Amino acid sequence: MSTKNWPLWEVFVRSKNGLEHRHCGSLHAADEDMALENARDVYTRRSEGVSIWVVESKHITASNPENNGEMFEPAHDKVYRHPTFYDLPDEVKHM
Amino acid sequence: MSEEQIKSLEEQFEARIARDEKIEPKDWMPEKYRKTHIRQMSQHAHSEIVGMLPEGNWITRAPSLRRKVALLAKVQDEAGHGLYLYSATETLGISREEMYEQLHTGKAKYSSIFNYPTITWADMGAIGWLVDGAAIINQVPLCNTSYGPYARAMIRVCKEESFHQRQGYEIMIKLANGTPEQKEMAQDALNRWWWPSLMMLGPTDAESIHTEQSMKWKLKRKSNDDLRQQFIDQTVPQAELIGLTIPDTDLKWNEERGSYDFGEIDWDEFWQVVKGHGPMNKERMKARVNAWENGEWVRDAAMAHASKKQQRKEKQAV
Repeated sequence: MSTKNWPLWEVFVRSKNGLEHRHCGSLHAADEDMALENARDVYTRRSEGVSIWVVESKHITASNPENNGEMFEPAHDKVYRHPTFYDLPDEVKHM
Repeated sequence: MSEEQIKSLEEQFEARIARDEKIEPKDWMPEKYRKTHIRQMSQHAHSEIVGMLPEGNWITRAPSLRRKVALLAKVQDEAGHGLYLYSATETLGISREEMYEQLHTGKAKYSSIFNYPTITWADMGAIGWLVDGAAIINQVPLCNTSYGPYARAMIRVCKEESFHQRQGYEIMIKLANGTPEQKEMAQDALNRWWWPSLMMLGPTDAESIHTEQSMKWKLKRKSNDDLRQQFIDQTVPQAELIGLTIPDTDLKWNEERGSYDFGEIDWDEFWQVVKGHGPMNKERMKARVNAWENGEWVRDAAMAHASKKQQRKEKQAV
């Protein structure tokens, strides 16, 4: 069996201009050109995209869900960042 | 981690699933959850890949260009579905090579239906109509399963699958309305694919060992027998509509149940095929292993090309 396995790539597709690229899955390919071509064949067979990004999976740094506490909790007690925190008289209809 | 800690993590985990929360790749999960998902998802991927073989057999002999482009697109979709599912399974920490290895050595199973031969063009119709029909019934509930990457892959698969069934039924309509020989060919294909299609929905509930745990993890929403009844109730009128006869003398509408009663399934045949003694088990694995081994030089050449290109780029940058 070959020891030279194709690396893993993550695929992001923009479905139409005006929308962001969204992660849609991954695939194996020898290099970036092949990754783009394979992404087209695997993830856009029915015109699902107008633009594709591929990035080798090893280049992605991800947060660890086990640390979600210290990572995301600081945002929980800052209700003053939301408009509903502020009291306004009823007469003010739009603000 | 102590046993107690694990137990409390497991309880929290089950509670998350009960609340319809999704589990994502880096979340903590019980080993059994990981293993069960690797097994089911990789077998699902293998089924898509092996499933290309019986139909690939007819691409060059499709009776018209219309039929040929449709069949080609269907087989290409199956390759795509296999790839979505393999990459979703890889998020659980198994490599693609390990999964191929398991398939090629017979350690991993794939759907037994692909161990039957495709001997006439009508088999392309019967497969699309019945086999894809049964697959859709199996797959739709999986769009809501608890493991995020599996659920997302299944949403894509299900969106693409409905054309597969329609193109198959269209082939059957055409043959059933054709010459007496063509109609006979359609009936013969229905006769051969009907019972294996019913078996595709899995052993009876009494014999199904994974059901309870799978229901809890939402790998399953309905029991095998319920899914089978649903398939029969939806398919019988479709056969009647085009003048074909379901090969089951016990098949009868049951007014009280609002469903069809049907004859006994030959489960011995099912287990024989699962164990590797179906008409095409050896042939399918041989074709699959050959494709993998004969493609090795292409995979190696692509890697050599990629590393050469990389080196050239680095030299230019200096």
